Amino acid sequence: MSETLDKPAAKAALKVVGTRPIRPDGADKVTGRAAYGADFAMPGQLVGRILRSPHAHARIVAIDTSKAKALPGVKAVVTGADFPKISPTELMEGGESASNVHDLASNVMARAKALYHGHAVAAVAAISAEAAEAALAAIEVTYEPLPHVTEVLAAMAPDAPVLHEHIFTEGLESRPSAPSNIVKRNVIQGGDLEAGFAKAEVVIEQRYVTAATHQGYIEPHACVAAWGEDGRCEVWSSSQGAFMVRTYCAKVLGIEVSAIRVTPSEIGGGFGGKTTVYLEPVALALSRQSGHPVKMVMSREEVFRATGPTSAGVIDVKLGATKAGKIVAADVDLKFQAGAFAGSPVALACMTALACYDVADFKITGWDVVTNTPKVAAYRAPGAPIAAFGVESAVEELAQALGLDPMAVRELNAVENGTKGAHGPVFRNIAYRDTLAAVRDSEHYRTPLGPNQGRGLAVGFWFNIGGESSAAVHIADDGSAVVATGNPDIGGSRASMAMMAAEVLGLPVNRVQPIVADTASIGFTMLTGGSRTTFATGMAVVQAAEKVVDDLKARAAKLWDVPVDQVEWRAGEAVCQDPAKTPLSLKKLAEQAGRTGGPISAEVSLNAQGAGPGFAVHLCDVEVDPETGRTVVLRYTAAQDVGRAIHPAYVEGQIQGGAAQGVGWALNEEYVYDAQGRMENPGFLDYRMPVASDLPMIDAIMIETAPNPRHPYGAKGVGEAPIVPPLAAVANAVRNATGAAIRTLPLSPPKVLAALDAKAG
Amino acid sequence: MAHVVAGSDCLVFTGGVSEFDVQATTVGGLIAELERRYPGIGDHLTRRTAFAIDGEIHQDALFSPIGPASEVYLIPKIGGG
Repeated sequence: MSETLDKPAAKAALKVVGTRPIRPDGADKVTGRAAYGADFAMPGQLVGRILRSPHAHARIVAIDTSKAKALPGVKAVVTGADFPKISPTELMEGGESASNVHDLASNVMARAKALYHGHAVAAVAAISAEAAEAALAAIEVTYEPLPHVTEVLAAMAPDAPVLHEHIFTEGLESRPSAPSNIVKRNVIQGGDLEAGFAKAEVVIEQRYVTAATHQGYIEPHACVAAWGEDGRCEVWSSSQGAFMVRTYCAKVLGIEVSAIRVTPSEIGGGFGGKTTVYLEPVALALSRQSGHPVKMVMSREEVFRATGPTSAGVIDVKLGATKAGKIVAADVDLKFQAGAFAGSPVALACMTALACYDVADFKITGWDVVTNTPKVAAYRAPGAPIAAFGVESAVEELAQALGLDPMAVRELNAVENGTKGAHGPVFRNIAYRDTLAAVRDSEHYRTPLGPNQGRGLAVGFWFNIGGESSAAVHIADDGSAVVATGNPDIGGSRASMAMMAAEVLGLPVNRVQPIVADTASIGFTMLTGGSRTTFATGMAVVQAAEKVVDDLKARAAKLWDVPVDQVEWRAGEAVCQDPAKTPLSLKKLAEQAGRTGGPISAEVSLNAQGAGPGFAVHLCDVEVDPETGRTVVLRYTAAQDVGRAIHPAYVEGQIQGGAAQGVGWALNEEYVYDAQGRMENPGFLDYRMPVASDLPMIDAIMIETAPNPRHPYGAKGVGEAPIVPPLAAVANAVRNATGAAIRTLPLSPPKVLAALDAKAG
Repeated sequence: MAHVVAGSDCLVFTGGVSEFDVQATTVGGLIAELERRYPGIGDHLTRRTAFAIDGEIHQDALFSPIGPASEVYLIPKIGGG
């Protein structure tokens, strides 16, 4: 069930929500006590390893595992033949939305074809890493190499090598006669595009290009799996959702979800990249064959070669405007790389592309395109940063063409409460204009720039979602509480869960212990993603804590022999309207729980609707060295409509983290492929992510003028909106610093230098 | 009756019709009525579609209410990172 709330609790009445307590997982993480995926071990466990394709595209003619199986210490060898056949059209739920089981299973372990360099084709389990490596070397795979294609535009060409014979482009006026790499066309449109452009006094039309980038989580994928003799399976793994792992493993292996129990480990970052499985089904298959637990840990190189980056994209933007800066028409075309299997985030990119703008006449077209590269995975606000890079760059160029302040152009065209967004819904309870104003009125916006310096502004939107969540609150006999949820904590959810429970119970937050439960210990919970956890799971926590309070009040009423409506819960104790009755603290009631009805606990499961959308406005100053082309970010301000912050320091951290990842995406990060379709930079030395010394302190501004009325404390999701604007904010700053027409990411020194040389003629 | 606007995902089922008026009081009722009109669309709406009802997005929510004057946009289901 879900519950509609008219108004969140008034901020002034809150004791815990809105404060900044020390994080509950801090001591474990700084002392090394936190147990991540690779830290878990079982007696008798084997070492699992994966054999990966050396070709970007090849038919698998034969796999001979006999020599590998005969080696000493080798206990299991599996290939695609050891997994069940799955219909190409079978869908499953259990993640965030329906997914294609066949594609997931074929990505976990290749069947007829290897579709990218690094695609898993076989796996072994052995008593040592050395024995496992020897077994991999002894597997004989006969490939028939095929022509490959890694770039999105090349993959769309009529003569491109086709990855999947069953893909015929969907979403066209008529079904094509031949298969192609173009999976689908999405179109969103409103008004009359031709009439809109006819009204325009100035038209900007440009192409913008982004590279594939990885989520860059520090912790590689890791798991231990044990297939019991009775068919019951246990999995310990690092993921963004233990229930997602359970469902996906069951589907890939063709077994019931009830046969699998998944225990989440501490997680060292996910950012969307751990919303699917790679190792877990393979480890289970190896465990089934060997009769031993199997541990698998990816190397960093494997993480880059075989797990989801986000899409590379080609964005064509045409904007028409009046001389005053009012945008009267917009035509946006987005071509997204999906990787080896269908399903880029282009539909989400289409819906977010113009979400910040009130434009009457528009068309947004998205193309989902498969390529011989790893299947893309979600990455914070999937698709939105790529779309925003194109649109926000074009809006900046429009402002320059008109000689207008870029902020004034954004404010003139901004959506507000009551505006119908380009993707359909009418906006309510948003604070986008307040967010723009916060940056416009900042000292940063007025600060003069020096030589070779530039300033870039960009805005972004993300929907945020709710979904299915469960939470349990248990009271211990010392009057403390445990809050159990099913969401791995990737962004501070344990702190916010504890705070919301403490607020309801009237306890100090350090008397509430938040834990992440396994799939057998809590009700179904969707994965941690989509900026949903503080909103949706938080709602379940609040309702569970309220049920506990109702129970406590009822017990106090019985002890006092008064009707329950004469009892209130104030600051952690039951208070009777009869002043002669001494208030009963939670501790006092907990001490006698056994004599007043038994343990005090409650669990709530719900499907939360009504997540409020988030808007972000970023301002970036850079300095570009004209000799080397190197860009240094000098100053960065990020403002965001956050609803209401439960733990402000965590919200600021989310904003700063999104900006930092976006800066890396803009300046340095990219997958570089050689002529054979092999990634040339699968390591942090050559795949350059920003580190602390690359960045200034990012000033985060939280806008709390539009709390979400659907959440008890007004929370909106905050983890994704902050990665939407930075690609364009940085790029606009670099263009303004150099005057060079540079529209392809990353803005690495060689590229900037080439643009400067081209400008100089 | 509620006014329903379908995204491009749905057009293959509706023969290109993108707007219709539907008598329904819940999302489940809306899906049932559209399935009656356009056989095959029901599973797509159930598993792959979100419903923006008067501006608020509902996912996997068969019982979410729809008012007689509601405007409902059918959009791809939203996931995140």
